[in-house]
Amino acid sequence: MDEIFKSFFNIPIYIEVAPYLLKGLLNTLLLSALVIPFGLAAGLLVGVLSITLKNRWARALLAIYIDVFRALPPLVLLIFIYYGTPFLGWELPKLLAVVIGFMLNNSSYYGEIFRAGLESVPNGQIEAARSTGLSATQTLIHIQIPQATRNVMPDLISNTIEVIKLTTLASAVAMPELLRVARDAQSLFYNPSPIVLAAIFYLLLLWPLVRLLSRFEHKKMGGGH
Amino acid sequence: MDLNALVFSFFNLQIALEYLPDILKGMVVTVELGLVVAITGLVVGMALAVLRALQLKPLNFFIICFADIMRALPPLVVIMMLFFAFPYIQISMSAFTATWLALSLVLAAFVEEICWAGIVSVPKGQSEAARSTGLSWLQSMLYVVLPQAVRLTVAPLTNRVIAITKSTALGSVVGLSEVLNNSQSAMSNSGNATPLMLGAIGCLLIFIPVVLLGRWTETRFRWKQ
Repeated sequence: MDEIFKSFFNIPIYIEVAPYLLKGLLNTLLLSALVIPFGLAAGLLVGVLSITLKNRWARALLAIYIDVFRALPPLVLLIFIYYGTPFLGWELPKLLAVVIGFMLNNSSYYGEIFRAGLESVPNGQIEAARSTGLSATQTLIHIQIPQATRNVMPDLISNTIEVIKLTTLASAVAMPELLRVARDAQSLFYNPSPIVLAAIFYLLLLWPLVRLLSRFEHKKMGGGH
Repeated sequence: MDLNALVFSFFNLQIALEYLPDILKGMVVTVELGLVVAITGLVVGMALAVLRALQLKPLNFFIICFADIMRALPPLVVIMMLFFAFPYIQISMSAFTATWLALSLVLAAFVEEICWAGIVSVPKGQSEAARSTGLSWLQSMLYVVLPQAVRLTVAPLTNRVIAITKSTALGSVVGLSEVLNNSQSAMSNSGNATPLMLGAIGCLLIFIPVVLLGRWTETRFRWKQ
């Protein structure tokens, strides 16, 4: 028992590393605040394209794009971009590599969610909008996208939680986000308490979102009791 | 940029041949790990969902806490806890075991939530009717409730299994010789990005069929909204 407290819940070490870990947490939050909007925007574009493109070849290309980036593990994508691009003569800053990798990965995931949402909007809505004189673009912006977003809200929240969790991958390219900082502190102190504290931070950050999502999902499945 | 340089760095036949055996070995590890994670996670998760249906208060509290924590923690944090922190309390495990255990626990948590939502969605009258015809609790669960619940859960389960099996790449962070790790060390040894390219192609070969399978189950078992 003593062992566990000394190694996992070492309060003096917690106090010492807390400022660094909070900085790491801030970086995790900033990184999320950067990659989530980019991912959402790219995903919305992919979603809109997949319901509007009529050309067969263009549709096939889009399908390949979506499936390739759904199949590639995000860490593989990130390592490929970060360590591969120098061979092309470009030295990408870490942050840019992470943002590009996440955007490619997220655009396919968010894209599929938005596509499902857009397909769920009844045709009558679109016809009614067009018959009141709205253009196709106006219909898309004012009628289809808002309804689609509401219909797939649980999936959007679920994917966003996954994206926040994915920011831990940035530690693999030595970005000083929460997990990386905790790992460095662990090697410094020869004690794993910083990792445990980081896990506690992640729980505090994500547990409320997970609870919120559970509520949404039970509603969606139409729970009777 | 010069095309020859691109071919030399990314599609170098000589280097590809030299490191192909390593990458293939890595692919085997990735597939093995993916399979055992999928099986363990599904079995444990379903068992937890059925246990939760017993409605035993202390047990349910434990299951809900487990599911919430494992869904909130980033998988990489769980892997690092098991691999780097647990040895301090005299529990050491190999990179394979740590990755397998971490991903299985995370998958089990998601599977439990999905299956529980499925069970709850079956109207109470169904199990009451089953019980009143003389079926035992277990029989009514196995023959009446679960078959109806399964239909709703196939698509989300498949998606979650795919997402977690892709996370096997995270094992590279703790030195597991799966496909990403092997191609990364081959890249450092050869000073050439071709192994990385091979690794990415290897991942696509493994996961594209899985993604297509997911797509198929999604349309096949789509529930009516």
